[in-house]
Amino acid sequence: MVRESETLGARIQHGLHRHPAIGPASVLVASVIAFSIANPRFLNSTNLSLLVQQVAVLATLAIGQTMIILTAGIDLSVGAAAILAQMVIAQTAANNHVPGVLAILLGVAVGALTGFINGFLVTRIKLPPFIVTLGTLSIYTAIGLRYSNGQSVYASAMPKVLIWTGNYVNIGPYQLTTGVILMLVLFAVTSYALTRTAWGRHVYATGDDREAARLSGIKTDRVLLSVYLVAGVLFGLAAWILIGRVGVASTNNLTNANLDSITAVVIGGTSLFGGRGAVLGTLFGALIVQVFQSGISLAGVQSLYQVLAEGILVIVAVALDQWIRKVRR
Amino acid sequence: MSMDVDAASASASQPGKPTMSGTPTLEARGLVKAFGHVVGLANVSLKLYPGEVLAIIGDNGAGKSTLIKCLSGALTPDQGEILLDGVKVAFKSPTDARMAGIETVFQTLAVAPALDIASNLYLGREIRSKGPVGRFFRKLDTRGMRESAKKQLSDLGIGTVQDITQKVETLSGGQRQAVAVARAAAFGSKVVILDEPTAALGVRESGQVLALIKRLRDRGMPVILISHNMPQVFEVADRIHIQRLGRCAGVITPQSHTMEEAVAIMTGATTLEAGTGDGTSPGAADGSDRTT
Repeated sequence: MVRESETLGARIQHGLHRHPAIGPASVLVASVIAFSIANPRFLNSTNLSLLVQQVAVLATLAIGQTMIILTAGIDLSVGAAAILAQMVIAQTAANNHVPGVLAILLGVAVGALTGFINGFLVTRIKLPPFIVTLGTLSIYTAIGLRYSNGQSVYASAMPKVLIWTGNYVNIGPYQLTTGVILMLVLFAVTSYALTRTAWGRHVYATGDDREAARLSGIKTDRVLLSVYLVAGVLFGLAAWILIGRVGVASTNNLTNANLDSITAVVIGGTSLFGGRGAVLGTLFGALIVQVFQSGISLAGVQSLYQVLAEGILVIVAVALDQWIRKVRR
Repeated sequence: MSMDVDAASASASQPGKPTMSGTPTLEARGLVKAFGHVVGLANVSLKLYPGEVLAIIGDNGAGKSTLIKCLSGALTPDQGEILLDGVKVAFKSPTDARMAGIETVFQTLAVAPALDIASNLYLGREIRSKGPVGRFFRKLDTRGMRESAKKQLSDLGIGTVQDITQKVETLSGGQRQAVAVARAAAFGSKVVILDEPTAALGVRESGQVLALIKRLRDRGMPVILISHNMPQVFEVADRIHIQRLGRCAGVITPQSHTMEEAVAIMTGATTLEAGTGDGTSPGAADGSDRTT
């Protein structure tokens, strides 16, 4: 569709329309360059390693958030679901002496259940996802607090497998964790499922135009329910990565997870209107959020500017999405 | 793609003169559908023969949409029966009708704008790769689907679409319509039903869609076309079924009647007298068509 008369702007618009991950990838590269000029220590292998370790939990949560936003939904209960799963994993292992692996499976199952409940309310009771997850945000938070009695569980009381995700993996000068590797594997698997399978096509079609998808013979309710369920499983796995990363299971963890995960998805180029975007963009989006946090503190700037920058990025990203969507004639 | 070879060759050699004998591909007998006290269809019959374009015209509220919805499975008639290749069928949903080989292109095109052309053609019936990759990892045969999508589009003479990986939202209205029609035509369908396919299109794009309808017909595929546009109906239709107030007011042909006469019948200004023209009288239209 490249016409000869196209201006440079139109050409950029078309390019971004075809490859939505280009936007966040260039922002990531530009911000890394900018922060390394501000403080050369930013490019230090220790700093970069820490940055990637820190991003693992947010990035895993953001995968689930991406899939839900692709269906034109939104999940405000991300953090609450992960905290609940985290407390189930830690408590059952430390207090009820459930074997570690089984405790993790229990936590993931609880994550899946939270997703299933959200999906059930969205597809069967036909409530808007925003309202459903606003409600379950409070409900899952309350259940998590009630279940744990507000008590934290420390790594010393946990079986080794619970903090396995915090183990270091050295690659050259860089120090990653098994949690980071797990996060990358989850990105690869979900990216494959979304782009190479019929289920993935149906997720995009359902988010794009639900009625059209239904008329094409897609069982849209089943697709939506499966998306919420898979997202719940991912939140359960994120809880495991979180325990390994922080070394303590506490209801005070992940206070900003809901908004941060949405921020990562939006900066990553996935449209809040559904049907457009990719998990690869979300990986860039999550990294951008982390790069800003790390870079701004290393540059010796007050941390409030990090919050400010994040807000500006979100608005720019959504404005860019609106502009790209105008390609539809 | 299964089609009646004889009918295909017959209609290809004599475009516009479909074989109106033998078993109709699709037949409706005495369909009745009421919505409360409102009668949507009152004893309407219809026959669609291989390789013909049957237009359905009528004013608003004449029962065109109700008739089409009964044929495409979106509505279940209260009375009457539907026969496909002479065999009685009962559709509970559009999916049932689609499985039986009746493809409908609804006025609101059922396409996913953000997916590419090939993905849209195969939406809801994707093909997996052969071998273990497809079976265990459920990998799609993306390349295979793209290649056959390209072939289907070029078979239908849609040359304006060069890039099969282009997203549908970047296409013009006529091209989108072409993709929807191509999808309907591609899946071994027995009947293609088009609801107002040119309503939102410009002159040139309408021409493309009409040419597409003719090519489908020449391949032996019977087409039902619902339209308000008289010149277009008279250009492509072999027979014209006129709906009026829930009943069939007659079946005419572009040769037997003029546009003015068709509109007069449609609006009730005149009634079709028995034995006129190539079509059938209102009474005969209920059951028997021309048997020559």
